[in-house]
Amino acid sequence: MSVKTPVGGRGRARRSSTALTVAMGLMLLYALLPLIWLLLSATKDSNSLSTSFGLWFGHGFHLFDNVWNVLTYDGGIYLRWFANTLLYAVVGAGGAAFISTAGGYALAKYRFRGRNALAAVVLGAIAIPGTALAVPTYLLFSKLGIIDTPWAVLLPSLVSPFGVYLMRVYAIGAVPDSMLEAARIDGSGEIRTFFTISLRLLAPGFVTVLLFSLVATWNNYFLPLIVLSDPQWFPLTVGLNQWNALATGAAGSGATTTGFYPLVVTGSVLAIIPLVVAFLFLQRFWQSGLAAGSVKE
Amino acid sequence: MSTTHPPAQSTPARPTSRSRPAPRARRLGHGSFGYVFFAPFLVVFAIGIAAPLGYAAYLSFFQDRLVGGNVFVGFDNYTRALGDELFRAGLWRVTLFLLVQVPVMLALALLAALAIDSGRLRWPALFRIGIFVPYAVPAVVASLMWGYLYGDRFGLIRQVGDALHVDVPRLLSESWMLASIGNVVTWEFVGYNMLILYAALRTVPQELYEAAEVDGAGELRKAWSIKLPALRPALALATVFSIIGTFQLFNEPNVMQSLAPDVISTSYTPNMYAFNLAFNGQQFNYSAAVAVVLGGVTAVVAYAVQARSMRKEQSL
Repeated sequence: MSVKTPVGGRGRARRSSTALTVAMGLMLLYALLPLIWLLLSATKDSNSLSTSFGLWFGHGFHLFDNVWNVLTYDGGIYLRWFANTLLYAVVGAGGAAFISTAGGYALAKYRFRGRNALAAVVLGAIAIPGTALAVPTYLLFSKLGIIDTPWAVLLPSLVSPFGVYLMRVYAIGAVPDSMLEAARIDGSGEIRTFFTISLRLLAPGFVTVLLFSLVATWNNYFLPLIVLSDPQWFPLTVGLNQWNALATGAAGSGATTTGFYPLVVTGSVLAIIPLVVAFLFLQRFWQSGLAAGSVKE
Repeated sequence: MSTTHPPAQSTPARPTSRSRPAPRARRLGHGSFGYVFFAPFLVVFAIGIAAPLGYAAYLSFFQDRLVGGNVFVGFDNYTRALGDELFRAGLWRVTLFLLVQVPVMLALALLAALAIDSGRLRWPALFRIGIFVPYAVPAVVASLMWGYLYGDRFGLIRQVGDALHVDVPRLLSESWMLASIGNVVTWEFVGYNMLILYAALRTVPQELYEAAEVDGAGELRKAWSIKLPALRPALALATVFSIIGTFQLFNEPNVMQSLAPDVISTSYTPNMYAFNLAFNGQQFNYSAAVAVVLGGVTAVVAYAVQARSMRKEQSL
């Protein structure tokens, strides 16, 4: 493996460049301004949403009213969507990260018949887009009778070929063969070794895969849109877009319900917060995992 | 690698091992545990990818007819798809999108990654995290938000334009829609790609830079001769992922459809077409064929790009 330099400034400290900082500042504005707009909009009622300037507060501060409306509308359906999303994300992403870790570890650390063929299957599967499979998945799952159940969202979420690929590259460098040999000589079984020793060494890679799976499942839209029709099982993404359809009048009746805009905007803000927090808290971990995973094959 | 162990199948039976429990006795060769650890992935792979793929291929060879019911039609659905104007228009639209949006996004990501890695930026962590944050925003929320920003109702972009007395084009109109969607996708993924590239830069051994400095190389020279070659595998990976994402474009146009129903048709992108064929037209067999063709095109283009970048690598 290559040498990793500590994060934050390499080598001697250099003069910082103002021009560079300004140019990057523009990019930062591009990334953050829409989100600032969204946050400010969550403090407005539907009237000042359309009349006040987007990058400043409107008449009155309605954030708490809006949040209350989001949480209580239609018997608290938003909270139900939130809980569904949490379920899909925790079970789906957690399961995917664990399955990928075990799979990548197997490819990296064990010699078994068909290993190269399976590694090739994993690489090929990365190129198969999940969305291309959505319609066939719907048809298959409706044959199996699991449409409109959480299983229809969870099962496909557990597959992460990219996770296996990343963990394979990571495990090659992070788990020394000599250590596995030592564990064997000490009489530790392979499974026990994996859980007590290897998993600890694989932690940064695991967190990286976990976070990317978490984003994928939290933000999943196409598949749940297809396999779920009962709003009780919707994730936030599908639910929010349904509210938007009500606001713009795209849903059936054609009558626009502008009162829905604050719900959509405030609901969107609440849907973003958990992932941003997860990224901030786990950043040290996932960044080192990412660095190792991007080493060339 | 480790010392070789005979595969489990060829291990001779040792009836005495039970009576003399040697500390290193094993019931299974180590290799067999590869199957144990890989098995869970194989199961979910079979359910989540292999089975739907096989089922789609199977369905694509049938047609539901009023007379005769479900009949085998060979490649009829495929010939129909290849000649389908709506499908071809969608495919051309995403190709155009690919040729413009992906290079712009990756160039921005590359510049940002090089800037953060250069050590000449004040508060690098702020930029690294700030530019990455949009990736954590669901595509649905991003599309809703940008859709509102573009719009006439309470569109911020229009407000700013009015304040500055600049005539802002109608961003949700026919001629601007593709660019508007391109902006949403760029916004979502520029930070993600930046981070992939930045992570690759961090694995460059420090000695290489020191050696280059001894030889009198400046920052630009180092970027060109050390950093870019080191980035090539990561850049190829990012390109392949972007190609796959572009051909599968669905979430953003689907969400923005409610804001501009006259502009975004049900066949705006190939994936939207497959979706609408199945769920609004009940044409499941034809939809399966469209999905298979789309998946095939995606795989071929992604593979070609990857093969090309690998050949370049070897010729260096």
